[in-house]
Amino acid sequence: MTDTPLHLIRNFSIIAHIDHGKSTLADRLIQACGALSEREMKDQVLDSMEIERERGITIKAQTVRLIYPAKDGNTYELNLMDTPGHVDFAYEVSRSLAACEGSLLVVDASQGVEAQTLANVYQAIEAGHEIVPVLNKIDLPAAEPDRVKTQIEDVIGLPADDAVMISAKTGLNIEGVLEAIVTRLPPPQGDAAAPTKALLVDSWYDAYLGVVILVRVKDGRLRKGQRIRFMSTGAVHTVEATGIFTPKMVPVEDLGPGEIGYITAGIKTVADCKVGDTITDDRNPAAEPLPGFKPSVPVVWCGLYPTDADDFEKLRESLAKLRLNDASFHYEPETSAALGFGFRCGFLGLLHLEIVQERLMREFDLDLIATAPSVVYRIHRTDGTVMELHNPADMPDGSVIDHIEEPWIKATIFVPDDYLGAILTLCNERRGQQVDLTYVGNRAMAVYRLPLNEVVFDFYDRLKSVSRGYASFDYAMDGYAEADLVKITILVNGDPVDALSFIAHRSQAEKRGRAICEKLKELIPRQLFKIAIQAAIGGRVIARETISALSKDVTAKCYGGDITRKRKLLEKQKEGKKRMRQFGKVEIPQTAFLAALKMDA
Amino acid sequence: MPEPLALYVHWPFCLSRCPYCDFNSHVRERIDERRFRAALLADLAWEAGRLGPRPLASIFFGGGTPSLMSPETVAALIEAATRAFPPATPPEITLEANPTSVEAAKLAGFRAAGVNRISLGIQALDDSALAFLGRRHSAAQALAALETARALFPRASFDLIYARPGQTRAAWRAELRRALAFGLDHLSLYQLTIEPGTPFARLHDRGELVLPGEDAQAALYRATEEEAARAGLAPYEVSNYAAPGAESRHNLAYWRYLDYAGIGPGAHGRIMVGGRLTATARVRAPEAWAEAVERRGHGVREEEELSAAARAREALLMGLRLAEGIDPARFLARTGVALADALDPAALAAAEAEGLVARTTAGGIATTRAGRLRLDALLPRLVR
Repeated sequence: MTDTPLHLIRNFSIIAHIDHGKSTLADRLIQACGALSEREMKDQVLDSMEIERERGITIKAQTVRLIYPAKDGNTYELNLMDTPGHVDFAYEVSRSLAACEGSLLVVDASQGVEAQTLANVYQAIEAGHEIVPVLNKIDLPAAEPDRVKTQIEDVIGLPADDAVMISAKTGLNIEGVLEAIVTRLPPPQGDAAAPTKALLVDSWYDAYLGVVILVRVKDGRLRKGQRIRFMSTGAVHTVEATGIFTPKMVPVEDLGPGEIGYITAGIKTVADCKVGDTITDDRNPAAEPLPGFKPSVPVVWCGLYPTDADDFEKLRESLAKLRLNDASFHYEPETSAALGFGFRCGFLGLLHLEIVQERLMREFDLDLIATAPSVVYRIHRTDGTVMELHNPADMPDGSVIDHIEEPWIKATIFVPDDYLGAILTLCNERRGQQVDLTYVGNRAMAVYRLPLNEVVFDFYDRLKSVSRGYASFDYAMDGYAEADLVKITILVNGDPVDALSFIAHRSQAEKRGRAICEKLKELIPRQLFKIAIQAAIGGRVIARETISALSKDVTAKCYGGDITRKRKLLEKQKEGKKRMRQFGKVEIPQTAFLAALKMDA
Repeated sequence: MPEPLALYVHWPFCLSRCPYCDFNSHVRERIDERRFRAALLADLAWEAGRLGPRPLASIFFGGGTPSLMSPETVAALIEAATRAFPPATPPEITLEANPTSVEAAKLAGFRAAGVNRISLGIQALDDSALAFLGRRHSAAQALAALETARALFPRASFDLIYARPGQTRAAWRAELRRALAFGLDHLSLYQLTIEPGTPFARLHDRGELVLPGEDAQAALYRATEEEAARAGLAPYEVSNYAAPGAESRHNLAYWRYLDYAGIGPGAHGRIMVGGRLTATARVRAPEAWAEAVERRGHGVREEEELSAAARAREALLMGLRLAEGIDPARFLARTGVALADALDPAALAAAEAEGLVARTTAGGIATTRAGRLRLDALLPRLVR
């Protein structure tokens, strides 16, 4: 399988908005090249993780090698790189793209270009890709291929006249896609005789094999027994196996220039395998690493606490296991007066945060409380020093703060005309600054600068609801700027609940404070005592709600025959108390926390 | 000195099921009373055999509808019980009766059999409310039965159910005043409770039966206390009101967590056997219970020796229903746990500060009226 001449290799990725048919097309390509038997074929072969399947998104880069006998009589090795499909993983996406020479741009022939497509296609252009537009779902009555072609040309600036017209669902013209890959995408370049240089595209932990590394060889070779060096860390390992994905893992003797495959090298954690790193030969190293390596930096943080304090160790172990497979998320121990022992965790974005939480709950069977997500603020102290604030609870006293900076993003929003007004209102409410507003047919593309803080706070949900799900949204980090920010503390019967405190712009503080007080009033059941819920900035109360005391709660009939049942109920209630958090004498159920932390503005 | 014994006898049959009731009651076209009498006597004899002689303090015939039994059956059971457990003082012998005319006619027979306290399931003094509650008697029949009972029995009590859908405080006060005007020294006044699995629960789930809200229920409860107090009846337990000395001794045994034996289908007991407190439960289904007794001499389905923690919890959940509270010496003797060790000290201090719990003169604790009204919420905090 090795030594495929470079001119017979094509490495490509597929760019598409969620639901535009990327996975279906990938499945068809795999099927057409006979990589899997009918029996092995299940929908969306590449999205293997349970969560990925459910949400239709890819978290880890994956790849499959296809063997395609083309019309020109040659048999080609096609490597399909399935990239993570969300802005949170923008850097991972860029590395996956760097492993390929070309992309298929899949656009739904009735829906047209979406914000996410745009961000990814620009990344592909930046990576120097040749791009072949593919119009999918052309069999649907609502398909408007001509309009969408024009849109691709207008919005993206790509010629779309000879876009490949397909229906991935019915299998229509899959051949045309394969031919376009062979004839229109360039082969890789590389020098088999040069010192080994391979791009580390992604890595994951496999219970049997240890860490598996996905690589794209640029120059030289990777083979079993070779001593390799990671150029960013200098760490040296011995290659234990090399192989390819069909998509099953199949060992091969070695991997040569232009090829994509995997290696294992007895590595214990993926944290040692930084995406974008360059792998070289330890004895005959390359002079320069491949360009573009940067360590991943979390932009959104939140506290994760076990619901049951006894689960703290389990949470620690689970986080460690998770990090085996996801080096981009960070965690450090943290204590909260309200929630006890837990961890402050950093994520690449909101989706990443949700995915990690979900995996912890689902795969590790943990009940968690997550505090409100917070962005990283830069606090400039009066003494000239700067601190990065990950947790609102750590905000220093106002007297030592000179000014605070918050991170901004540049957001691109695609939306049908009808909803544009609502979207602009939403962006303005969130302190957005309009950068650009253009129309393509009956769709508008709004580009806004927004504080990230305003986006972590339910922006995405609101966007979906005001546009009835029609708006698509993407963003990129866009620097820091000074802002008038305040910390809002929530007090329950006078005791601050640190886990509920948050930072907001002064103009939003009162509204948010009031909203959270009202929500808590709804969520906290009446108790034996009257409960005051307050939101305060420093010593100043900005919102207040009162929950009146429970007036009656007693079983009317209880005689000799009821006693066993009542005792068991009491024991269950005592057990249930573990799911309550105690603030002074007030008990707040877990569910109230979760809901309050997720609440709408 | 052996422990006094409270004896519960369960008669599981009813003429019809009331839509609010989740007790172990069954409707049968024909009841083989001889068979069930024999089985009850056998179940009693077996219990007497293992308990040994103890002074009988009380008997309670509950159900179901025990007034459907013939007076001869009741007489036979009382006779056997007093023989097996010779009383030191005259025992309290209560029988629950429905105030239909048929059953009223049997009351003299029950009195002759030895019953000295009658508890009538009147439930309401309003015909439309009685129909709603699925009762087979009218208010007039109930009052007639009450007159008969008062004339026959030295002690009488009856039950009412309040906090019914749409019932105003004024209407309940008026109904209760009429009830209190009979001058009885004991009443059981229950708030309507929706029990899972009952016809009322299904109506409730569908939103077709709406109970008064929590605050309205609390107000109804307070009104109940006020009216009862005016008639000289104090709430000695959450739902039971009595003049001093007229409390149900049998039911007090439950709430004081004293020994009681339960015979008949589904009956429960708490008995000290060989220094260990045992929870007993009998087979629930009437025929299956009778078969078990016939086959092996007793109807016990399950016996569990209770841990100290379980005993302490049971003693607390029962004892805190009582106005008199929990006696620390008795608590220790019955549970093996000191009262102070069974309670969460911080929660106790907080509850005291809030006026939900108070110390008794004997050094024990009792719920206040406010605490009793919120006992279900208080208990899980208080219990360690």
